Amino acid sequence: MTYYVSRRPNQGIDWLLIGLVVTLMVIGVLAVFSSGAADGHFRLLDLTQMHGRQLLWMLVSLVVAGVIVLVDSKVYTVFAYAVYGVMMVLLLLVFVFGVTVRGDTNWLVLGPVRMQPSEFAKFATALALAKLMGSQNFNIRSLRQQLLALAILGLPAVLVLLQGDAGSAIVFASYALVMYRFGLSAGYLLAVVLLVALSLLTVVMDPTLLVLILFALGALVLIAVRKNRALLLTGAVALLLSVGYVFASGYVFEHMLEPHQQDRIRVLLGQEAAARDADYNVRQSKIAIGSGGFWGKGFLNGTLTRYNFVPEQSTDFIFCTIGEEFGFWGSTLLLLLFLALILRILFIAQRQRSRFSMIYAYCVASVLFFHLFINIGMTIGLMPVIGIPLPFISYGGSSLLSFTILVFILVKLDGDRLAILR
Amino acid sequence: MTDVFQNRRYVIQYVVVAVVIVYVLRLFQLQVLSKNYQQLARNNVLREVTVFAPRGLIYDRKGKLIVDNQNEYDLWVVPSQVQAFDTAAFCSLIGISDSLLRLTLKKAAAYSRFKPSLLLKGISVEKYAAIQEELYLFPGFFGQVRTVRAYPHQGAAHLLGYIGEVSQSQIEQGGGYYRMGDYIGISGLEQFYENELRGRKGSRFVLVDVHNREQGAFAGGSFDTAAIPGYNLLTTLDMDLQLYGELLMKNKVGSIVAIEPATGEVLALVSSPAYDPSLLTGMERTRHFRQLASDSLRPLFVRPLKAAYPPGSTFKPAVALAAMQLGSITPRTGYSCAGAYSVGSLSVACHHAGYVADVQTAIQYSCNSYFCHIFRKTIDDSRFNQTAEGLDQWKKVMDALGIGRRTGIDLPNEGYGYVPGSDYYDKIYGKKRWNSVTIVSLGIGQGELGMTPLQMANLMAAIANGGYWITPHVVRSVQESGTGKPIKTARHIVDLDTNHLSVIREGLFRVVEAGTGRGVRIPGITLAGKTGTAENPHGRDHSLFVGFAPLHQPRIAIAVVVENAGWGASYAAPIASLMVEKYLTDTISHTRKYLEQRMLEANLLP
Repeated sequence: MTYYVSRRPNQGIDWLLIGLVVTLMVIGVLAVFSSGAADGHFRLLDLTQMHGRQLLWMLVSLVVAGVIVLVDSKVYTVFAYAVYGVMMVLLLLVFVFGVTVRGDTNWLVLGPVRMQPSEFAKFATALALAKLMGSQNFNIRSLRQQLLALAILGLPAVLVLLQGDAGSAIVFASYALVMYRFGLSAGYLLAVVLLVALSLLTVVMDPTLLVLILFALGALVLIAVRKNRALLLTGAVALLLSVGYVFASGYVFEHMLEPHQQDRIRVLLGQEAAARDADYNVRQSKIAIGSGGFWGKGFLNGTLTRYNFVPEQSTDFIFCTIGEEFGFWGSTLLLLLFLALILRILFIAQRQRSRFSMIYAYCVASVLFFHLFINIGMTIGLMPVIGIPLPFISYGGSSLLSFTILVFILVKLDGDRLAILR
Repeated sequence: MTDVFQNRRYVIQYVVVAVVIVYVLRLFQLQVLSKNYQQLARNNVLREVTVFAPRGLIYDRKGKLIVDNQNEYDLWVVPSQVQAFDTAAFCSLIGISDSLLRLTLKKAAAYSRFKPSLLLKGISVEKYAAIQEELYLFPGFFGQVRTVRAYPHQGAAHLLGYIGEVSQSQIEQGGGYYRMGDYIGISGLEQFYENELRGRKGSRFVLVDVHNREQGAFAGGSFDTAAIPGYNLLTTLDMDLQLYGELLMKNKVGSIVAIEPATGEVLALVSSPAYDPSLLTGMERTRHFRQLASDSLRPLFVRPLKAAYPPGSTFKPAVALAAMQLGSITPRTGYSCAGAYSVGSLSVACHHAGYVADVQTAIQYSCNSYFCHIFRKTIDDSRFNQTAEGLDQWKKVMDALGIGRRTGIDLPNEGYGYVPGSDYYDKIYGKKRWNSVTIVSLGIGQGELGMTPLQMANLMAAIANGGYWITPHVVRSVQESGTGKPIKTARHIVDLDTNHLSVIREGLFRVVEAGTGRGVRIPGITLAGKTGTAENPHGRDHSLFVGFAPLHQPRIAIAVVVENAGWGASYAAPIASLMVEKYLTDTISHTRKYLEQRMLEANLLP
């Protein structure tokens, strides 16, 4: 049943959500200004400087956001697969026309504009996933449907991974949270978490010892569940798979990961002696944030971030600038702003009457959460160094525009929630 | 819409909130609980840059600059900034070998990839100018200026001394002032007046970026301390006289010491062979030092202060003074010389024969017999219980005259010379197993005696002054921020009868007027002096001369030693007379040009 109500475009718009996003954008421009500006560059719209370009991208993003809000929301539902398809084609074009920037060949150049299709693939995938899972006959318990959903996530992930941007590829895993929300068995998530933990243990421990421990634990579990034939069988298979996995992941770590990737994992696991150079980023980042103290050193007074001690400080390590210059209260405030943003989106998700809109809202929340979780986690030394941006804050036009589109499609869908029921 | 997994929305919310809480706690730990990140951050971006204080300058008595400062460059490298470069071109540019470059770069990288390491030090301004033109081709390398000593005149190296890098033990004893690579005075005035000359290092705190590039002053420079330049030294040295002395002593081994008697000011202190002081500065310092140190003529040995020679006949005035002072003879005591002094099997030859009427005549003709006689008479005097006591009393007079002790000159490592006492002979011969005959050669300045040229000149100053000497010194005052602070000197009164002294002075005058030194008379100048020929067990006799001029109100006391040059009259006396004439008249008279020529041309090197 579908019905229409005549209404103005700004009706039903969630101004709180927009306010949060714009606040983050402004903080982002200021942080980029502080981390990149050399002394004497105080003109805001100076396109030779990073903050000037970031400000321009912010204005462009807001214009695009306005256009998104003006467009009929049906466009996003109807053309969801088309948008996804176009983005996949762009990702493929990167293999042909791709330009290398900072080691990653994931850029396309269109005249004066450079863009990263891998960023835009995020919202396109969200649209496609929402379209698939929002359809009437979608059943999360069906293996075929599961594989279909996995294909929608896997295709861009694999393409991005092949471009050498492992960080962005991992982002697509965040949509697993959406699938969990809408009925995917928690066992899948648990299995993924266990596999990751096991992989990490393989790096730290002697594999033989690990296998012995696994057998010992497995035996205990099997003895405990010996009366339940089904569990016993599952347990035995899981044990054998685990042992196999230990050897396999050890092999993968030693032979298939790049040395710098091995180092990053070692650093995270505390094997710092083996990887002093890789440790450098995280150590400098922690020093910068830690030196901020409670009140911070003040805007533009962060010595470490301003003098380039933290690598990638305007992009992936932008949080260091805030941590150093605004201290504990500033960092906490930023975290709370993000928390408010994500919780607001989750709240918005729950008030959707259309399944498509609801799933899409969860996609937005998941992607934003995943970026926050990884990005800030790595700057404070709780996560391995995975190069993904902090939404709305990190320097970079593609990422800013992509997150804006991601959120404002939701704003539009939400604004029409009362008008359309799908 | 049916939502059968309604509860999972809360799971997701909890996860999000939990992650944020964990991160906030982590931030609290990093930013509030842990204090050492502030220190780490400070270490990261703050560098203390030492500002070297320029060392004090040194001037001669006429205000002529004799030690200056000059810039030189050190070449540094920051390994992280080094890109692949043409090592062959670089090596030929800076003039080091390929293997040395590789080794240094490896060491630098092992020390730190981001902090600068020293690659090459002591590059002269001229050489650095050439290097700088091409240095831009080699990123990661940069030059840093520092000041080194420069010498406008190539003289007085021994007296001025040199500076070099501090050793580990000097760092430990320096009370925390010195750091690795700092310079310190190692000899001469540089060492003795190190505290005055060095000034005080300052430091600047600068912010640096990750590539160690300076980004400006820390806290507006409020923690910086300025370097305080070292104090200048105003010396008593007459650089013209010093250089003239070095010229005269060229191709000879020996010393000249000239003192202004009334003040104790050292006018010249020549040690030969000399060397150019600028050899011990700059890049080639180590190589030059090794060359000088291995030279068999020992040019680094400061002879006027450290070399102890038997004074020979130049000692006779002191013997006569002691004899008169101890009451064993009067100025009128005569003695009949038979051409030799013979006691038992011992015989000391004398170059003249006949009756010596008094002390003056004895000095004039340097009569060996006379001085052997009065020396024995002095120490065997019946007023002493035994010869040993007599010898010790005699030694006390020598000590008062500054012989056998340090004069206290403001230069490091002054020698003592040696005057034997009874304990010395007791040790060699046994108690009471020796007598005045055994040691009679002391009376003519031979035997176990050792005097440094400085002591010889100082003895002349004491005689010229009529009974006192002022501690010889090279620095008149230390210039502290505009005002000169005179250094302290002591006046050493020698308790002598002025009549005895005027007798000695008259005798010394007659030596040059009509005695052994008559060949070096200077027209218009009353030079008093004594020649000496010191027997040298290792080779040819040393040629000695001591003296002062003019006879009344003397302005210069001098001692000259020319090693292995034979008679005192043949080299030491002419050189001394030329020095005196040069100092007093600023020129050499026409009639004595031939003498100057002969001295300048003489080559007495073995």
